Amino acid sequence: MRKSTFLKGTFTLAAIAFTLGAFTACNKGGSSTEIIVGEFASLTGKEATFGGSSHEGTQLAIEQLNAAGGVLGKKFKLITEDNQTKAGESATVVNKLISKDGAVAILGEVASSRSLEAAPICQSNGVPMISPSSTNPKVTETGNFIFRVCFIDPFQGTVMANFATKTLKAKKVAVFTDVKSDYSKGLAKYFKEGFTKAGGQIVSELDFNGGDKDFKGQLTTIKGANPDAVFVPGYYTDAALICIQAKEIGLNVPLFGGDGWESDTLTKLGKEAVEGNYFSTHYAPDVATDLSKKFVADYQKRYNGKLPDAMAALGYDSAMLLADAMKRAGSTDGAKVRDALAATKDFPAVAGNITINEKRDAVKSAVILKVDGGKFKFVETVNP
Amino acid sequence: MHWLQQLVNGLALGSIYALIALGYTMVYGVLRFINFAHSDVLMLGAYSAFYLAPRMEAVFGPQSAVGTLFIIIAAAAICAVIGILIELLAYRPLRNRPKLTVLITAIGVSLFIEFTCQHGAVFGADTKAFPKLLPSRELHFAGIEMASNDLLVLVLTAVLLFAMWFIVQRTKIGMAIRAVSFNEKAAALMGVNVNRVISFTFGLGSALAAVAGIFYAMRAPGIEPLMGVQPGVRAFIAAVLGGIGNLPGAALGGLLLGVLETVAGGIPGVSIYRDGIAFAILILILIFRPAGLLGRAVIEKV
Repeated sequence: MRKSTFLKGTFTLAAIAFTLGAFTACNKGGSSTEIIVGEFASLTGKEATFGGSSHEGTQLAIEQLNAAGGVLGKKFKLITEDNQTKAGESATVVNKLISKDGAVAILGEVASSRSLEAAPICQSNGVPMISPSSTNPKVTETGNFIFRVCFIDPFQGTVMANFATKTLKAKKVAVFTDVKSDYSKGLAKYFKEGFTKAGGQIVSELDFNGGDKDFKGQLTTIKGANPDAVFVPGYYTDAALICIQAKEIGLNVPLFGGDGWESDTLTKLGKEAVEGNYFSTHYAPDVATDLSKKFVADYQKRYNGKLPDAMAALGYDSAMLLADAMKRAGSTDGAKVRDALAATKDFPAVAGNITINEKRDAVKSAVILKVDGGKFKFVETVNP
Repeated sequence: MHWLQQLVNGLALGSIYALIALGYTMVYGVLRFINFAHSDVLMLGAYSAFYLAPRMEAVFGPQSAVGTLFIIIAAAAICAVIGILIELLAYRPLRNRPKLTVLITAIGVSLFIEFTCQHGAVFGADTKAFPKLLPSRELHFAGIEMASNDLLVLVLTAVLLFAMWFIVQRTKIGMAIRAVSFNEKAAALMGVNVNRVISFTFGLGSALAAVAGIFYAMRAPGIEPLMGVQPGVRAFIAAVLGGIGNLPGAALGGLLLGVLETVAGGIPGVSIYRDGIAFAILILILIFRPAGLLGRAVIEKV
């Protein structure tokens, strides 16, 4: 009696599993008229403006592609999942995008830590992933299906090291790293290498945890070391609070960071405390090519006059490059799209032309911006 | 001089922890459980001030002291009502159940508040810029740099701590609180209205949390719905450190933790473990001195 109930149960479970399997199979790859592209982004939480900008750029690209008839006679369907800026969430949503929604390619993320969560999943499923703006080298080292359309931190770190020596004329610099973020740790490392090579001296190295609200303990020690400038390779919320508290304890030297600073939240939180500080990023609306002028105009039309930032431009580029690779591959098959992506050469993009190197990274120039009157002012372009 | 500066930084941070810890310890005193939702009341206090500030600014002008005082009082009142409501709706129906039930309910209430507030229709999950309530100035004093806001926080905390001591030790309701914390049944038999005392305790603790939330937001002017979690955990540790249920203990624990954290943050190589230090202290205290620094047996609990 008992055994037969058990058997019945097993059969029922098996039947359910098969039915579910059939449903998923139907879903995979989407209908014959659509190409399903998955996107994961930090639409809410601590780095919400990153995910928001990047998503707006990607969405604009998909809309323009569809308006032009899509590729391979099919239109794109973009499915976006929010990871709430939380660790662990990206793996969950990307698994869902691939296995449940049947995405044939994945776009995302801005933050390297979260791209690193998704990359192994895309790699093992043979789904190409393009990160718009994760700069840590480890992201594309995950495997041959992982690409990016931005420069990497060894380059960005060197750019900032040269900027500190040449433009800021700094000889002694303190480095204040977010130990929770792969991006911050990587950028700090390459900055230190570049700066000591250029003859500078790192006088103090301290750490914080992303999301901290009190930095005065560390900043007091940094002040005690008398630096000419402080490098803070963190994200904008933390960077703004650090600038405020630095002023409060009388640390009145320039603070500078990487592309993680670029958000209007930096100036909203930091107000006058962030004025006169610098950061490097991928693109400035001031540096105009015909393509970028058109992008800025389209973006402002689509999003009520909002000026696109680097994350928006790179989000746009990531979707455009994917569509181009599918066109060149003549297919949406993962392996074929991968090969096409790897062969990308001089693809015209908003934030600078993209050539994918053997490490699946884009080789591009960087720009340096200064916070001036609550706005980001273009200072200089640095070529690789 | 460097160490003196760190001490000042630490005391300013620690005094905020102390204010929050008082709420934990008072509720523990009367009900013998940890009100985990306390840290979220702190967040609600900061958000109350965030929404009140533009209205007060319209009346009193920008960055006025009177306006700020009104904001603090109004936010404290709002949070006192919220605290009383939380007790009334979530904890009172479980008064005679095992303490574990109430404890788990408290975690539930905390998550409920956090995730409701993260919803776009409530506050949204993104970081909002907390308005400048008071003009801030950097004070120089014998080589020490201190933000005027930090000094204000220190002074106000001292005043509030004294007020708490006065309420608990010198007023009738304070006597009732002490009576309930000694023996609830006996107090009830002596004619103490236990429900009213418990509501008052929650109201008072929540008002302090609101003030702490505003102070915290003034130091780091970016607020989000999970902002209470980190200081909340610290304050809880501070309360255990000082001896849970003990008012001066909570204040001492808060100050100690603030100083320790700041000093640890300032030592290269150790700053990575800053967060770990608070928890290491909690574990050590629980192992070697479970009653806390100012052990329960010596000083009467409230």
